[in-house]
Amino acid sequence: MVLKSTAAALGAFLSLCIASQAGAAGEPVVIGDIDDLSGVYADAAGQGAIEAANMAIADFGGTVLGRKIVFLSADHQNKPDIGASKFREWADQNGLNMLLGGSNTGVSIAMSKVAAAKKVPLFEIGAGGSSLTGADCTAYSVHYAYDTTALGNGTASAIVKQGGKSWFFVTADYAFGTQLQEAATRVVLANGGKVLGAVRAPLGTTDYSSFLLQAQSSGAQVLGLANAGTDFSNSLKAADEFGITKTMKPAALLAFISDIHSLTLQTAQGLYLTTGWYWDLNDETRAFGKRYFGKMKKEPTMDQAGYYSATLQYLNAVKAVGSTDPDLVMAQLKKAKINDMFTKNGYIRADGLMVHTMYVMQVKTPAESKYPWDYYKVIKVMSGEEADGAQPDPACTLAKK
Amino acid sequence: MTAVFGVPLPAILGQLMLGLVNGSFYALLSLGLAVIFGLLGVVNFAHGAFYMLGAFAAYVGLQFLGVNYWCALILAPLAVGLLGIVVERLFLRHLYQLDPLYGLLLTFGMALIAEGCMRGLFGVSGKSYPVPELLRGGFNLGFMVLPIYRAWVILASVTVCGTTWFLIERTRLGSRLRAATENARLVQAFGINVPIMVMSTYGAGVALAALAGVLAAPVVQVSPLMGSSLVIVVFAVVVIGGMGSILGAIVSGLVLGLVEGLTKVIYPEASNIVVFVIMAMVLMWRPTGLFGKE
Repeated sequence: MVLKSTAAALGAFLSLCIASQAGAAGEPVVIGDIDDLSGVYADAAGQGAIEAANMAIADFGGTVLGRKIVFLSADHQNKPDIGASKFREWADQNGLNMLLGGSNTGVSIAMSKVAAAKKVPLFEIGAGGSSLTGADCTAYSVHYAYDTTALGNGTASAIVKQGGKSWFFVTADYAFGTQLQEAATRVVLANGGKVLGAVRAPLGTTDYSSFLLQAQSSGAQVLGLANAGTDFSNSLKAADEFGITKTMKPAALLAFISDIHSLTLQTAQGLYLTTGWYWDLNDETRAFGKRYFGKMKKEPTMDQAGYYSATLQYLNAVKAVGSTDPDLVMAQLKKAKINDMFTKNGYIRADGLMVHTMYVMQVKTPAESKYPWDYYKVIKVMSGEEADGAQPDPACTLAKK
Repeated sequence: MTAVFGVPLPAILGQLMLGLVNGSFYALLSLGLAVIFGLLGVVNFAHGAFYMLGAFAAYVGLQFLGVNYWCALILAPLAVGLLGIVVERLFLRHLYQLDPLYGLLLTFGMALIAEGCMRGLFGVSGKSYPVPELLRGGFNLGFMVLPIYRAWVILASVTVCGTTWFLIERTRLGSRLRAATENARLVQAFGINVPIMVMSTYGAGVALAALAGVLAAPVVQVSPLMGSSLVIVVFAVVVIGGMGSILGAIVSGLVLGLVEGLTKVIYPEASNIVVFVIMAMVLMWRPTGLFGKE
């Protein structure tokens, strides 16, 4: 009797073991996306980025290491607390393996703390603030598509060198805007220019007229727009409406192709901007653009292309190390070169910055544009080192190792 | 360059001009609030929501129904005004006998519902509404370029405000309305249908908010939250002008717009609160507001 029940218990135990083992093999690899899906930045990444990440998962075959790949997404509404708590929830309850971080530097800074605490790799794609690989760096962060340092080194230096020596900034009033203004200011001062003043406008401002009049009465030559998304397009539209673009040269410190499309070439022509990716660079980018256009009826922005590339690179790393262990995957990511439709010979620096080629572009005039979405001409190709410096940011504790 | 308080004159004039544009919106919105409060005794917290619905009516009209700006100026206030009438008939009229607080709670709740619905339908990011062809471009005033559209806003607002003031203070219809609010029973005894008059007054007040919404659509982004940020300031304007005073609402709307503009030049950080500081001072000095009757 005793023997019988012991055997039964053993049998039950064994079958449990088998069941849990089968569970491990069938456990999905979970990739999340937390982004602004409805606010000022929704066009830069948003639904398009979700589509791009899903394209990458489909191209990879939908499984890695024999495990199904599951994709989650959430709207952080530009609120850092929402982004961080969603990330924590997914890490605790949904077995999240990797997070794609969308727009908004403030939210990404909050999420990077969770990445470090939960040991979940975080690809910061939509956010620009260079503190993400400086004072706010973590061992699990990868800053992927662009950063404010590169934007300053691209756009601001191109404009100062053309004689735009005195600047006035209209700045988005949070981490991203101030970091972008700082980066541009550094470049302006280093090239013998000066900054006459700055005004900070809240994120999501709709009427920029009074800020722009302040800029105009400063007498500066260059109107530095240290903002992005609809903040950028609203401020540029108002500058045009109030005739300010006739006396000041606008500098788009961060503009996406979606912004140029909504502004139209008529308003945006002649603008300088810096981007990490453009659909019409080469055959590979055009091929990706064409596939994406087939689904979304728009050309992808640099962020959306970055989502595709980051998802693919993560899955490649998981496949290479044969595990989703965060430390092994991060080591592999920092070791391998990145070669895909997004960039050639990109690499992830010790501080987590993905160093890659950046392009200074000028927006074409309506006459120069030959076909739909033919918006940019390349003014300058910057190597990754030129855009961001060869050395890791000393403010990052990882860089000191 | 001439300077006042160390600020160049063109900068001051420019901000004052923008202040006048903002003041036009304040005047239009506080006018509707004052009409509704003065004649119905209802603190209409849904005013911002009706303003937002007016802007969305114009946006939806243009995007999906091919209704242009000029038609929207008439049709959107009509549609939203009708909605206001439905609200008055179904809910609001049951509350006239109660404390004004109940009306406030009801309208506040409706504002939240309207905002939530529009958020669900259109998201929180703004929709842009193009400036009508006829009003594009700008006048060069020397110290700034004034977009034609903003000049049109000032003109339209002053005209509408003036007409409304005239209707209520100087016509037979207006005198009946005012009489009905003083003593509804007596006026009814003279054979005037007071409930219908009250209903159309509410509808008209709401239509004014919607009109302000259509006027604002090309200036700001059409978004579900556009009303809630404005309505608080507009309430302060009405309190300063004197609750229920038509003239007070119009004048203090325009003047506070100018004061706000001036603050933006002298001490920009205070521009968001200057209206409330003035409100506090006015309440201490004249609790009934600048134009209010004792």
